[in-house]
Amino acid sequence: MLASIIFILITAGAFYFAGKKFMKIRRNILLGKEEVLIQDSSQRIKNTFLIAFGQKKMFKRFIPAIFHFFIYAAFLLTQIELIEIFIDGIFGQHRFFYNYLGGFYTFIISIIEILSVLAFVATLIFLIRRNLLKIPRFHKPEMNGWPKLDGNIILYLEILLLIFVFTMNGTDEVLHQRGLSHAHGAQGIGSFNFAISDFMGPFLFGGIESETTLHLLERVGWWGHILVVFAFLNYLPISKHLHIILAFPNTYWAKLSSRGQMANMPEIMNEVKSMMDPNAAFDDTAMSEEIPEFGAKDIFDLSWRDILGAYTCTECGRCTSVCPANITGKKLSPRKIMMDIRDRVEEVGLNLDTGKIEFISPTKKEEGATLSSSNYEDGKNLFDYIQKEELHACTTCNACVEACPVMINPLEPILKLRRYEILTESAGPSDWVPMFTSIENTGSVWAIPDARDKWTELLKED
Amino acid sequence: MAQLAAEGKAAEVLFWVGCAGSFDARAQKVTVAFCKILNEAKVDFAILGTEESCTGDPARRAGNEFVFQMTALQNVEVLNMYGVKKIVTACPHCFNTIKNEYPDLGGNYEVIHHTQFIQDLIADGRLKIQEGGVFEGKKITYHDSCYLGRVNGVYEAPRSILESLDNDLVELKRSRANGLCCGAGGAQMFKEDEPGDKRINTERVEEAINSGASIIAANCPFCITMLSDGVKSFDKQEEVMVFDLAELIVNNNKL
Repeated sequence: MLASIIFILITAGAFYFAGKKFMKIRRNILLGKEEVLIQDSSQRIKNTFLIAFGQKKMFKRFIPAIFHFFIYAAFLLTQIELIEIFIDGIFGQHRFFYNYLGGFYTFIISIIEILSVLAFVATLIFLIRRNLLKIPRFHKPEMNGWPKLDGNIILYLEILLLIFVFTMNGTDEVLHQRGLSHAHGAQGIGSFNFAISDFMGPFLFGGIESETTLHLLERVGWWGHILVVFAFLNYLPISKHLHIILAFPNTYWAKLSSRGQMANMPEIMNEVKSMMDPNAAFDDTAMSEEIPEFGAKDIFDLSWRDILGAYTCTECGRCTSVCPANITGKKLSPRKIMMDIRDRVEEVGLNLDTGKIEFISPTKKEEGATLSSSNYEDGKNLFDYIQKEELHACTTCNACVEACPVMINPLEPILKLRRYEILTESAGPSDWVPMFTSIENTGSVWAIPDARDKWTELLKED
Repeated sequence: MAQLAAEGKAAEVLFWVGCAGSFDARAQKVTVAFCKILNEAKVDFAILGTEESCTGDPARRAGNEFVFQMTALQNVEVLNMYGVKKIVTACPHCFNTIKNEYPDLGGNYEVIHHTQFIQDLIADGRLKIQEGGVFEGKKITYHDSCYLGRVNGVYEAPRSILESLDNDLVELKRSRANGLCCGAGGAQMFKEDEPGDKRINTERVEEAINSGASIIAANCPFCITMLSDGVKSFDKQEEVMVFDLAELIVNNNKL
């Protein structure tokens, strides 16, 4: 009874605190701009099914993909076991489904056990890959500090979880073999016949004579398991591991139009059109008093999908490892761009939470105004995180877009930031100026005095 | 095009030459080679001549939407005035911009890259590839340009042209969707590199040289510039040549 009350309280607390953090992330994502998207839900569902659920793009690199799949499959199937844990925890039962499902229960738990062993192996391999093997994408500058620790914490939690699961099943097996298991429906001397703990249980715990110790260990396994799950749930919102949830919406909402299509800017198109149209020359309705800002300077100017992508990023670095600029030693790292967007939006989010009026923009400071995303100003922006040199190095080759297993598009924010620099700040690499001027004045990227069709003379020569 | 319009005629296809194809000495050779192929296959084509302007790709990708819109809207106006329906171009950047970005500006055309066009000519029997040509059995490697390959998914047409030349195609380690950029895209062509360890074209050419091929086939004027520069940086210009696919056909058929 007491155990049930404690369980219910802990569960409620875990969900409450995690829920609160998840709502903050939702709020932060929606700090981005709204965007008109292609409405094609059947294509979007298909993508989500193949790429997020089916991990299609993961398998571009087979070795990490297969180990990742073990952990992924174990995680998905363990959710079934969690249902039982909740029932047992709330109603003070022990293996509630065992009595009702019989052989099918053994089957399900056996599959979970096999996958758990595979996940255990995979986790060890991932720890080795991250810490011992010199895989370059795990050792880029943006991975120093917290990102590196974060990657390892998740793997440690994973190992802890698996130790608890096998302690729980293993001790219960030993107890059952001695006719002492409390499991619902496990009367008398017998065996659960779970694929792994059937032999691993007696091997590890068979030497323990004391029934009390075994029961205690079984409970430690059970509570340990669920507590790690709750810790994990609350750890997700501050971790790169959030991808296990956001990979799905991010894939669903991913760009459907051609990769080669940069978002059009109708406000500029219409202004240029009116410049070209002699009849519209005196129509000044399109001109506004305020000097407009183009492109993106801060997270508020990005699309909500860019921010969703930033929160989805699990920092695997596949994008960076194929980026031609990064490969050749330039500062640009597409992963860092996404991490910077996340760090910046987190900073803004925390400041908004304080509600301090010092974060209200001086120009919008009215009597009694409260802090909101529409009047926010902290004197910083994305350019405090991302250097222009990084943006200038991008060749727009789309390798990062192709590489991302969860359909994050680092190219879109890069180009929006470039647009800000060129259009709003009138800055940018000075080498580009002659190209711009030449296109404007001569219609060619190079200022060459020859006529554009002069090459036809070469054809006649032959 | 203006001439044909005055005569009340229309061409089968408009050949969009592009800035590189019009002005760059190296790319002009590709332009001429492609024209020879079109003539050989008796394709009725036209050019815009002096009425053509930059598609605006480098300006847009550099971030200069104003310059892009100015040149692009002007092009759309010209193309629509002539009622152009089908466009072929030897530049993947022009190809991408006209195909994917002009529709938002009111320009809707069927756009084909010259490698696709040549492949169609071969498939339709309009262009015969001479057998036992100079490339038979030669080791050729192919560089996928970003804007034809990864961005627009055209991988097969260029390879099928190479196949028809009966050469020994050696694929690069990074090919198709995983192809490595030559370093020119996103308006990099028009500026100095950002500080780094090496140039992107050097990285790519290293890979191509290691493939053992004596010819690097490409499909983009900017790739050709970058790759040729890269080959020169290794002082291998005698052993490794960079050619556009159209040039390979012209050499093979001695057009």
